[in-house]
Amino acid sequence: MDLENQKRVLDLSEKYGKENVVVIIGTSEAESAGLTAETVTAGDPTYAGPLAGVSLGLGVYHAFELKDQIDANVYDEQCGMMEMVLDVDAIIKEVSSIRDQYSQYKD
Amino acid sequence: MSAPVVRGAAYILVHTPDMIMRYGTTCALEHEANPESEFLKKLPEYVRSYEEVVKYAPNQAYIGNILPDILNTIEKPWYKNLIQAADAEGKMGEIVSQDEFYAAIKLSDALDLVALEKDFLIEIKAKLAKKSLYTEAELAKLKEGSELSEIESKVRGGAEPLYMGSKLVGCVKAAHDKDKNLTAHIMVENLVTKASGVIALKNLIYRNNIPADSIEYVIECSEEACGDMNQRGVGNFAKAICEVAGATGATGSDTRGFCAAPAHALINAAALVKAGVYKSVAIVAGGATAKLGMNARDHVNKGVPVLEDCLGGFAVLVTENDGISPVLRTDIVGRHTVGTGSSPQAVMESLITKPLDKVGMKITDIDKYSVEMQNPEITEPAGAGNVPLANYKMIAALGAKRGDIDKTSMPSFIKEHGMPGFAPTQGHIPSGVPYVGAAREMIMSGAIERAMIVGKGSLFLGRMTNQFDGVSIIMEKNTGREESTGAVSKEEVKEMVAEAMKDFASFLLNGKQG
Repeated sequence: MDLENQKRVLDLSEKYGKENVVVIIGTSEAESAGLTAETVTAGDPTYAGPLAGVSLGLGVYHAFELKDQIDANVYDEQCGMMEMVLDVDAIIKEVSSIRDQYSQYKD
Repeated sequence: MSAPVVRGAAYILVHTPDMIMRYGTTCALEHEANPESEFLKKLPEYVRSYEEVVKYAPNQAYIGNILPDILNTIEKPWYKNLIQAADAEGKMGEIVSQDEFYAAIKLSDALDLVALEKDFLIEIKAKLAKKSLYTEAELAKLKEGSELSEIESKVRGGAEPLYMGSKLVGCVKAAHDKDKNLTAHIMVENLVTKASGVIALKNLIYRNNIPADSIEYVIECSEEACGDMNQRGVGNFAKAICEVAGATGATGSDTRGFCAAPAHALINAAALVKAGVYKSVAIVAGGATAKLGMNARDHVNKGVPVLEDCLGGFAVLVTENDGISPVLRTDIVGRHTVGTGSSPQAVMESLITKPLDKVGMKITDIDKYSVEMQNPEITEPAGAGNVPLANYKMIAALGAKRGDIDKTSMPSFIKEHGMPGFAPTQGHIPSGVPYVGAAREMIMSGAIERAMIVGKGSLFLGRMTNQFDGVSIIMEKNTGREESTGAVSKEEVKEMVAEAMKDFASFLLNGKQG
């Protein structure tokens, strides 16, 4: 997760409270989605950015996990094509596993 | 108006192993931050020889000796399965060695900023004299060369060194003592872009038997910026390249747009020809030193050779319709607009399906799509995946969503309408244009009818906008039919007939023509 985005996540959680911030990921690979989820929950695993050693424990989901919460037309328009292209199951498995381990705000 | 055609294309690679360490950003930043790092110590073991670079199958595809699809028949990793009978000279270009390239930099040096050691220069002149690309008059411009002591002194004074292995053979000095845009480092970057652009344009001219002075306009579309402290990035690489390449009848300008610039340039060139402004427009780009060894850290960590060891360059000539060469369809252009949005779906629709819809074509009516053609062997070890394959999957998914193809036939669509990535990760070089030459060959041989060239650019890296960008254009078989060039409209015919009748009436009345 790039350093600028780490800083934005940190600033927003300080401003609004960790319980009021949910991170939605749109990355295309399970590995990178997992790393992003880990960064905003357990802390930056690469120890390079503002979230190094900072365990925010935020709620974090991949956009694919929110399909039922989104208007079907909007979802189809924005995510329909990528859903056919990417390994959705692997991405969801990776992100939910990280969330189960480190997120303090799961509902 | 004449339909613009792709009259020729040239592709060149320049093997620059000794520029990776100093001029590639990954190594240069590591040098600054951690000069004793394991990565920097290990890197030289992973740098390839010129022979290995020539025999590397994706490079052979890039210079036109094999079609990109042939890569499907060569076992991976390609860096271990070299083409033993490979040639540095290609049907559409060549793979230039570093020593020759240093001479090309000197030939591109208009202000005596480059010094080459005199014995080195004698050797190179003899080597270049055997090539048909350079004339005697050009080689004479290289002059006598400098004493090594003189070069060493300049390097101590801040000039950037040029090495062959550990041997200092030349240097490039700053063009101004205070101007940050004319430092020795920037002059190296810009002279490298210019010199590799010159080699590409010379190859285009030479290999297609094009009279150099017949080119009327050149659009340069690389990623560098030349200018001084009062006007950074103003250009004009195009004209500078024309001057050295002997295109004396041309002027030109530079087009920028990150990786999408070559596709923009291709459309602009086609438009200029179609409109009749110029009969012959070349687009050209040289390579970028900054991207040498860009993913070298991952390559070294994973025991892969440093595959980003070459600069890339290309040139394409767009001319009036010759009745044979593939036509550029200026009426079927895709573009990502400000309002398009950044979702992958919106991007692909704007570039692929919207232009097709305009003329009632299906996704399957395009035989080959040329997208971001990065060699996956470079990007996969760095965690960036197989970029062309990801693009083909998206195009196939769009096709399935629209009902152009069945969902189950997505894999076969990808195989038939795509191709393996084969281009060096030199930013602008992989984006759409690497296939223009091969597409020309395949269309003219009847293997395919139509190809779409898609360029994409990550504008957000410039920090001026968060926008993405992209454009696309279709190349298709030339029907050879005469066009309505110079034909008159109905109204004009009516006017002419009326005029003639008036004259005739006047003649009858007056006994003479009025």
